[in-house]
Amino acid sequence: MSLLSVRDLTVKFAMRDNTVTALDNISFDLAKGERLGIVGESGAGKSITGFALMNLLSRPGFIDNGKILFEGEDIANMSDAQMRGIRGNRMAMIFQDPMVTLNPVLTIGQQMVETLMAHRKLSKAEAEQIAVVKLREVYIPSPEERLAQYPHELSGGMRQRIIIAMALLLDPELIIADEPTTALDVTIQADIMELLLELCQSNKVGLILITHDLGVVSQMTERTLVMYAGKIIEAGRTREIINDPQHPYTQGLINALPQQTKPGMRLKQIPGNMPSLTAIPAGCPFSPRCEYVRDHCRTTRPEPVQYAHVEVACHEVNRLHRENSEEQSA
Amino acid sequence: MKDAMSDGPLLELKQVEKRFDLDQGFLETIKMRNGKVIREKRSVHAVNNVSLKVDRGEALCVVGESGCGKSTVARLIAGLLKPNAGEIHYDGTRIDNQSRRSMIPLRKKMQMIFQNPYASLNSRMNIQQALEEPVRYHNPGFSRGEVRDKVAEVMRSVGVDPSWSARYPHEFSGGQRQRIAIARALTVDPEFIIADEPISALDVSIQAQVLNLMLEAKDQRGLTYLFITHDLSVVQHFGTRVAVLYLGSVCELADTATLFENPKHPYTRALLSAVPQLKDDRPNHIRLRGEIPTPINLPQGCPFQSRCAYANDRCLAEQPRPVQQPDGSMVACHAVEEDRMVD
Ligand SMILES: Nc1ncnc2c1ncn2[C@@H]1O[C@H](COP(=O)(O)OP(=O)(O)OP(=O)(O)O)[C@@H](O)[C@H]1O
Ligand SMILES: Nc1ncnc2c1ncn2[C@@H]1O[C@H](COP(=O)(O)OP(=O)(O)OP(=O)(O)O)[C@@H](O)[C@H]1O
Ligand code: SF4
Ligand code: SF4
Ligand SMILES: [Mg+2]
Ligand SMILES: [Mg+2]
Repeated sequence: MSLLSVRDLTVKFAMRDNTVTALDNISFDLAKGERLGIVGESGAGKSITGFALMNLLSRPGFIDNGKILFEGEDIANMSDAQMRGIRGNRMAMIFQDPMVTLNPVLTIGQQMVETLMAHRKLSKAEAEQIAVVKLREVYIPSPEERLAQYPHELSGGMRQRIIIAMALLLDPELIIADEPTTALDVTIQADIMELLLELCQSNKVGLILITHDLGVVSQMTERTLVMYAGKIIEAGRTREIINDPQHPYTQGLINALPQQTKPGMRLKQIPGNMPSLTAIPAGCPFSPRCEYVRDHCRTTRPEPVQYAHVEVACHEVNRLHRENSEEQSA
Repeated sequence: MKDAMSDGPLLELKQVEKRFDLDQGFLETIKMRNGKVIREKRSVHAVNNVSLKVDRGEALCVVGESGCGKSTVARLIAGLLKPNAGEIHYDGTRIDNQSRRSMIPLRKKMQMIFQNPYASLNSRMNIQQALEEPVRYHNPGFSRGEVRDKVAEVMRSVGVDPSWSARYPHEFSGGQRQRIAIARALTVDPEFIIADEPISALDVSIQAQVLNLMLEAKDQRGLTYLFITHDLSVVQHFGTRVAVLYLGSVCELADTATLFENPKHPYTRALLSAVPQLKDDRPNHIRLRGEIPTPINLPQGCPFQSRCAYANDRCLAEQPRPVQQPDGSMVACHAVEEDRMVD
């Protein structure tokens, strides 16, 4: 059985005059201990997916349809009380901004002990001991002393490591990390990613890593979902998607990276912008920007199909493949 | 007409220092030390002894971690800040000691683009107004028609439809706004552009649009850039030379190709190894030990000592000076100088 199984998940936002669809019928699975990346441009629906999985959507957002099976149990319709047994306990979330999770007026120790004691029958001394162990696991120097410190007394990199320690506090089976290092410097980002990878591997924790950085996804995950305008347009093994993307949008994203073009030469750009939720085109959402577009793309929505090791939602994937291989042999 | 002066570098920074004082009031500065009352001012040492040259047609990229002084360098050059010591020369003329008034002719030659396009665009002006303003300012003799033509020409040159000129900044996407900000900078035909993280807030596909625009301007108008970014793949693509900054000091300065092929300073090496590669699934970065010191209490000796695996007693005592290497790069590191780094 999958650890997580998402089926036809649709999330909408109730606006003043109408409702808009932020996630449109998305389905995917995550095996125990598997690491999955979710990539896409700003506004594609990555964070909304994370919030929906944690059952953390707040008005005006709501789950309109679909199932979220966590170890076989549907959490999409669970009450807050039921969710409390799962959220933070068996499923944890790491946000881009550590201060979303950390309480500025409590010490690190108070916050960790409080979380532990809320979910486990432990004495304060026992909880403190576990906290120290977890801080040591994330390479926080002199962890005993850190327990007495407040979040603002720590550097950004250290705060993010503490967040990871807190996410791991109750030995969850799944961690959802939403751009966990975007606010940090490159050298610190690399340390934190390596740490997260190490901890997930050694504790067999499943990871959903939300990011717009294809390099990060490539290093951290086994499988990847590519999102565009609230839909999954390509899914498969990360290696396949990076090396041989099938969807024109994924191809465009990868080709637009500076490292794909000789220094100083014109970069390959995707024309236009991602549509806003209120103006998602009929048919294929990528059609106004797609160089391979055909008439039926503008009217008929492409459904995901298995193609060359990946699942891809594009009408023209066969033709593209044929043209590309002709180009290469010519 | 280029005069004889233009043989030298377009821009030169000579041993520039910038400190920001933290304690404003007199009382804040009174401290007790060993039983004696002393007056002590704390300050941020944002830029320390920085020397740089930018030649015409070059794109010098400045990289480094948050707080290392990149934006301060940009603002010093643009005349928005005055250095505490050192000199800044533009096209052979010293500019850091000039009044705002005498800087006006220079304003036209030097334009600045910020990370947040809202910072370069006034939200209450539509695009036509935003673009007209600098054209009028720098060309007081232009007729209405000439102004309008110039604005339309500039909009087209950055791929924004001139018929959108009545729209306001919030009606554009981030990439369009940044392109308009660049258009605004280009309206006055500058020769030098200071760009402070101009694409960091944008998505990959939009980054490509904006970067292409800047490359085009470089090739077609012979523009010179000082380009600040933390994205090394952008540096590799756009930069002709790179200055790596750490805690306000230049630790390595080299041609882009040389820096990426053969980084020498321990910090540069760690930085390059930390970039996640697209097609390499083994993270193999150099782990830095220690925490980043703040520029408030700068250590004596090498600024990188607290995180450097090669630090020794000399590094703690003596600040390394930039030394020219056989391949032309400048490196400020004792270990490199003493040739005691193992490859
Ligand atoms: N409270 C809300 N009301 C209406 N629309 C919303 C709300 N929150 C998010 N959205 C919209 O939902 C869409 C998806 O947002 P989401 O935050 O998931 O994007 P993302 O992929 O995480 O982007 P980013 O990379 O910028 O974080 C966006 O178009 C956003 O404007
Ligand atoms: N007006 C100011 N007053 C006091 N300190 C300042 C001021 N401006 C900058 N600083 C400090 O000077 C140092 C350098 O800042 P600067 O903005 O140049 O860094 P940066 O390299 O541009 O960083 P980032 O990548 O975060 O933009 C920082 O420690 C900053 O806090
Ligand atoms: S379905 Fe058509 S428009 Fe959409 S990505 Fe495929 S070819 Fe392009
Ligand atoms: S001077 Fe010393 S501390 Fe500084 S970078 Fe070189 S070896 Fe490291
Ligand atoms: Mg997000
Ligand atoms: Mg800055």
